[in-house]
Amino acid sequence: MTPDPRRLLPSAEPVSLIDPQGRAADSPSHALPDDATLLRSLGSLITARRLNDQAYALVRQGRLAVYPSSHGQEACQVAAAQVLEAGDWLFPTYRDTVAAVVKGVDPVEALSLLKGDWHCGYDPYLHHVAPHATPLATQLPHAVGVAHAARLRGEPTVVMAMCGDGGTSEGDFHEALNFAAVFQAPVVFFVQNNEYAISVPLSRQSAAPSLAHKGIGYGVNAERVDGNDMAALLAVLGAAVERARAGEGPQLIEAHTYRMQAHTNADDATRYRDDADVEAWKDRDPIQRLRAHLRERELFTDEIEAGFTAEAERVAAHLRDGLNRDIEPDPEDLFAYVYASPTPQLREQAALVADELSREGAN
Amino acid sequence: MTVLASPVPKTEVRSLSMAQALNRALRDAMADDPSVVMFGEDVGALGGVFRITDGLTAEFGDNRCFDTPLAESGIVGMAVGMAMNGMRPVVEMQFDAFSYPAFEQIASHVAKMRNRTRGRVTLPMVIRVPYAGGIGGVEHHCDSSEAYWAHTPGLHVVAPATPADAYALLRESIASPDPVVFLEPKKLYWSKQEVALPVRAPGIGTAVVRREGTDATLIAYGPAVPVALEAAEAAAREGRSLQVVDLRSIVPFDDETVCAAVRSTGRAVVVAEASGFASVSSEIVARVTERCFNSLAAPIRRVTGFDIPYPPPKLEHFQLPGVDRVLDAVDDLQWEQ
Ligand SMILES: Cc1ncc(C[n+]2csc(CCOP(=O)(O)OP(=O)(O)O)c2C)c(N)n1
Ligand SMILES: [Mg+2]
Repeated sequence: MTPDPRRLLPSAEPVSLIDPQGRAADSPSHALPDDATLLRSLGSLITARRLNDQAYALVRQGRLAVYPSSHGQEACQVAAAQVLEAGDWLFPTYRDTVAAVVKGVDPVEALSLLKGDWHCGYDPYLHHVAPHATPLATQLPHAVGVAHAARLRGEPTVVMAMCGDGGTSEGDFHEALNFAAVFQAPVVFFVQNNEYAISVPLSRQSAAPSLAHKGIGYGVNAERVDGNDMAALLAVLGAAVERARAGEGPQLIEAHTYRMQAHTNADDATRYRDDADVEAWKDRDPIQRLRAHLRERELFTDEIEAGFTAEAERVAAHLRDGLNRDIEPDPEDLFAYVYASPTPQLREQAALVADELSREGAN
Repeated sequence: MTVLASPVPKTEVRSLSMAQALNRALRDAMADDPSVVMFGEDVGALGGVFRITDGLTAEFGDNRCFDTPLAESGIVGMAVGMAMNGMRPVVEMQFDAFSYPAFEQIASHVAKMRNRTRGRVTLPMVIRVPYAGGIGGVEHHCDSSEAYWAHTPGLHVVAPATPADAYALLRESIASPDPVVFLEPKKLYWSKQEVALPVRAPGIGTAVVRREGTDATLIAYGPAVPVALEAAEAAAREGRSLQVVDLRSIVPFDDETVCAAVRSTGRAVVVAEASGFASVSSEIVARVTERCFNSLAAPIRRVTGFDIPYPPPKLEHFQLPGVDRVLDAVDDLQWEQ
């Protein structure tokens, strides 16, 4: 007999463990993470916010071409990486720089793409972080492939595959879910629903009851979570990773959050949304919420706060120093990595550039 | 040889950027023909990331200019159906490389429907693609994808280089009974020109001589046209007279204008931003050589992008064909014989 398909459906309301005022809320399904984990997460959140704001400032100073900030979505970013083991893979989008950094990527290398030095500035194998994906949802079938390969080899790897609400409309999202389910690949599809895809609101993206409801059609177990509630994210994503690792197949998690800033610094959000809408979400800030909770329980002292702030400043200074350093781009790089060894034609073209440069030097 | 249309009664002369000219062409087409609809990603309230559709939803309503879910294959596929059923859809692919999810729809359906059905089902639709580089864009935002489309029989492929042509070609593309891939050079969106509206120009498929010259012919299209014109200007200062032909339309290709131009000078350089291997520039050289071999004093040279993925912003200047490379190529045209 087919098991009751309703078990695949997400809960009616997003899972929430700490309310916007910082009070612990009862959940029938998930327990509050332990104190040490919550405290450590708050430290990561403070650094994450600092990174976002530092990167944004560097755009204004002309050191970065563009920055799609995850300001306001830091809880999703931190949780996505924090629930993974070192050997697990993360597949980030252009908005998920902070998640890549929490997984271990150097922030300077993570921002190489947006600084314009090179496409992917880090070694994906070093921390198991795939290159940032810009073409929407195209990374999701890759995530399934990485997970499937690991499964075939009997490795315990789980893959965290990230995308936005807009990305769920692309065909690749649906193909990836279906493949993952058919092959029972250990992938956690993590959708950050921040209600906008550039200017297009969620209502123009999907008529489904929630994005998590898209799982059932593929036989993928799904859940929804308050995307500004660090504790709930850790619990829900953590459980999803565990299930995937235990051989229970792919999981789809939708986090309800909000894009607090414009799509990127190049975007003008006043053309399509009211400031009042953004204002309302300020009360749901993920950092304030966890902070209030831990303050109330006297776990977060001034001394700890000073330590967290100092760490955040250290990371921000590292980012500033790295991005303020000008790396002289090497034109040989243009030809070096296209094939295992350059074709005869590419060698000719590289020689032409070298000749141009030597003539320039001679002038 | 075709030159730009003779002056028409000037109803309205305005300084327009290419972006404004395209916006105006869409507005005029939508006002003239209620079957014209515009849709894609962020084309409604935002007016498109390049503001090409600015104000269209406000003026014509959400049924005429609308945002879709984020899926290029869906956008083009829906346009096919709407074109089958009496509409003239114009769709926007947000950036060149983001048209690739729609490749299947374009290559297998948009391009083939007329032929498959012996002309019974036609697809009067336009796929607008902000294309090519030179704007410091990160990966996937600067592709020159014209060869894919030009290689696919059944598609018209046009690329304007001036605001006036942008207006005229877009109006003609929307009016065309055949599907058109309309390539908008991003780096020229903000270039301005005095434009007499409505612009009248020869139809799709006609090239134009942008600059007269007698020593050699530069053949360019889209983003490479201003580079060719600049090179001609620089050459003139050194006493060499270069003619510049702007293709405007890649498919259909104007053999007549291009060959007449090359025959008149006997030398030619093709300038294109796309990678050179198996490209539109290769096609130009092949066609002109086949037709004008006896008039050529030297093999035709090409100045193109290298055969590499489009580089990151800090390296893009190496990739873009520039004036110096064009002049070097001209110097190589065996002048001493
Ligand atoms: C295939 C593809 N089409 C279009 C784009 C252009 N684009 C970049 S981000 C974006 C919106 C994505 O929204 P969402 O998935 O909700 O992610 P968010 O930016 O909100 O994090 C669009 C349309 C793209 N990158 N890839
Ligand atoms: Mg979004």
